[in-house]
Amino acid sequence: MDSLLQYLMNGLMLGIIYAMVAVGFTLFFGTLNVIQFSHGDVLTLGSFAGLSALSIIPNQSSWLSILAVLVFSLVISAIIGMFIAQFLILPMREAPSINVLLATLMFGTVIRESIRLFYPDGANPKRFPSLLPSTRIAIGSFTLPFDNLIILAFGFFIIFLLSLIINKTKLGLAIRAIAQDSETARLMGIPFNKYVLLTFIIGSVLAAFAGVMDAFYYNEISFNMGLLLGVIGFTSAIIGGLGNIYGAILGGFLFAFLEVIGGSLLPSLVPSIPSAYKDVFAFTMVIILMTIKPTGLLAEKLSERV
Amino acid sequence: MINIRPLIITLAVALCVGSVTAEAKDTVKIGFIGPLTGGNSAIGIGGRNSAQLAVDLKNKESKTKYHYELVVLDDECKPSTGVQVATKMASDNSIVAGVTHFCSSVAMATLNTYHRFDFPIIVWGAVLPDITYKQNYAQVHRVNGTMITQNQVAARFMTDLKYTRFVIVHDTTDYGKGHEEYFTQDIKSLGGTILGSFGVPVDQQDFTTELTKIKELKPQVIFFGGLTPLGVRIRNQMEKMGIHAQFEGTSGIKSDAFIEGVGKDVAEGSLSFLEGAPAEKLSGGKFFLEQYKAEKFNEPPEAYGPFAFTATNLIIDAVEKMGPNRNRVNQELNKTNNVNTIIGKVTFDDHRQNIVPLVSAYVVQDGQWVLWEDSQYATKKRKLK
Repeated sequence: MDSLLQYLMNGLMLGIIYAMVAVGFTLFFGTLNVIQFSHGDVLTLGSFAGLSALSIIPNQSSWLSILAVLVFSLVISAIIGMFIAQFLILPMREAPSINVLLATLMFGTVIRESIRLFYPDGANPKRFPSLLPSTRIAIGSFTLPFDNLIILAFGFFIIFLLSLIINKTKLGLAIRAIAQDSETARLMGIPFNKYVLLTFIIGSVLAAFAGVMDAFYYNEISFNMGLLLGVIGFTSAIIGGLGNIYGAILGGFLFAFLEVIGGSLLPSLVPSIPSAYKDVFAFTMVIILMTIKPTGLLAEKLSERV
Repeated sequence: MINIRPLIITLAVALCVGSVTAEAKDTVKIGFIGPLTGGNSAIGIGGRNSAQLAVDLKNKESKTKYHYELVVLDDECKPSTGVQVATKMASDNSIVAGVTHFCSSVAMATLNTYHRFDFPIIVWGAVLPDITYKQNYAQVHRVNGTMITQNQVAARFMTDLKYTRFVIVHDTTDYGKGHEEYFTQDIKSLGGTILGSFGVPVDQQDFTTELTKIKELKPQVIFFGGLTPLGVRIRNQMEKMGIHAQFEGTSGIKSDAFIEGVGKDVAEGSLSFLEGAPAEKLSGGKFFLEQYKAEKFNEPPEAYGPFAFTATNLIIDAVEKMGPNRNRVNQELNKTNNVNTIIGKVTFDDHRQNIVPLVSAYVVQDGQWVLWEDSQYATKKRKLK
């Protein structure tokens, strides 16, 4: 029972991080029909920016340090998001979507390799200090670190906030209008370029949040951490239904639990399958799911995206 | 009247040029391949610097017959990249021999290439026994020891300390699988129990599922067969999950990067095993460390720097004796017997594997890898978990 709780908690923690990444992917696709493949590396950049903040303002209180980490990480990611929109997405507006996909994929490599080359000793994994309260609640063999609860609650809060922005604000209305029909939205006087930039800022800020949450969860970051997270985030967005925020969240949690099942339950049931196959299992299940439901679990409602 | 001034000038210039060319030495190129980028680059760069140091020191000597140049290529610790750069190096006839590879999986993938091009190499860091013992290629030598002796010592060390219940986490490359195989074999022969074994891909980031299972198994020791980046992740997540087992690694985590990545407090008490005596304990090692410091490299030599230095020197000595000819250099390297180096005496056996009789145990104490015998753990002032 204790182990079951532990697996559940592991799945929830992974799920919230995957969901945050997936929501970013879905936001970009929903609004502009683009797949922003450097999203995982923007996440890495966010976490490294957060770590840099700590080296600039040492010996401060925990909460002040956390604030500095968040501010630094968000500002840098927002700038890079704006850069991607301005110099990659908007100029390629008319180009085939495969070009945008390739350009962003390559830009991701540029970010990743730049961190490795220019961040001091960037090729090695970096310790991320544990700034959140490290109290643990132990129930038998189940350990619940208090910081996990904070990360989980924070993740849900951010997603709730995003949902409010999209559904209840003027900004959200404009983004939804562009998502439905960008030409008509433009004719109605919505400044298209401005809202594309804002969408990319929001998406990149989400990636930064995910990066910081990941850093606090594992207490370690590395230059290539965004690579796999990007692939998983994208996969989650697809199985949830690309273009649907709630689908992305569902996809993130689904993928996390598939991994947990693949890594824990399968080796217990079939001893010849070691836990190393958990990604194989999760991705195979995704392929099966996609074959059954090609539009994703929560498909877009006609053209109403985001 | 003949103007002899231009003639004198021409003659003088010719004499000067002649004397310069008489003294100029031919350049001999030696190759170096290691992981210079990616997660294992710290050790790769330490090895490259050490090989460079050997070349620089030799070039400073006036008695040498040749001027040496190091050609450096990056294998990224990826077999596919390794084969590409190995082919590039071996097919360049101006390079006489190579000091190659830290990662076992890369070394294994490149052996055929070196054999095909008749290109002599000395492995400076990879520890998989198969590299020298499986194919038996006459061009392949190794200065560092293998994981067979490393694991024998590691298993004996732990059972002597009365640990009996082990769990193994290893990466799924040849390197990790080799460690799993030999350590399991040795622990079982010494009466210990392996409660479970978990193979994980090198790019995996989340280990909470495996660690939850490990927590249920209640091991005394978690033995990790893999390299630093993965080791850092697993050690960190062990701490987060509240697992208080002793962490025992292989030579793959004996790097400063491991301690930095995990943090001084969490790394405390972690174990690692490395072939040979520590450089600072050998008279030649002291010389190496002093010279390394004097060259002002930005990065430390790391655990395998002395081996890269030794391998480069062996090649240089063979070139000095036999000339820059691949076949003759290879024949000379094959004969290496009882040669004094900074890592001690080097003797290649019939598989051109250096017989390294000693494996040293290291423990992290106050943020540094300390030789077990010199540590407060050995004197029982501090206790392992």
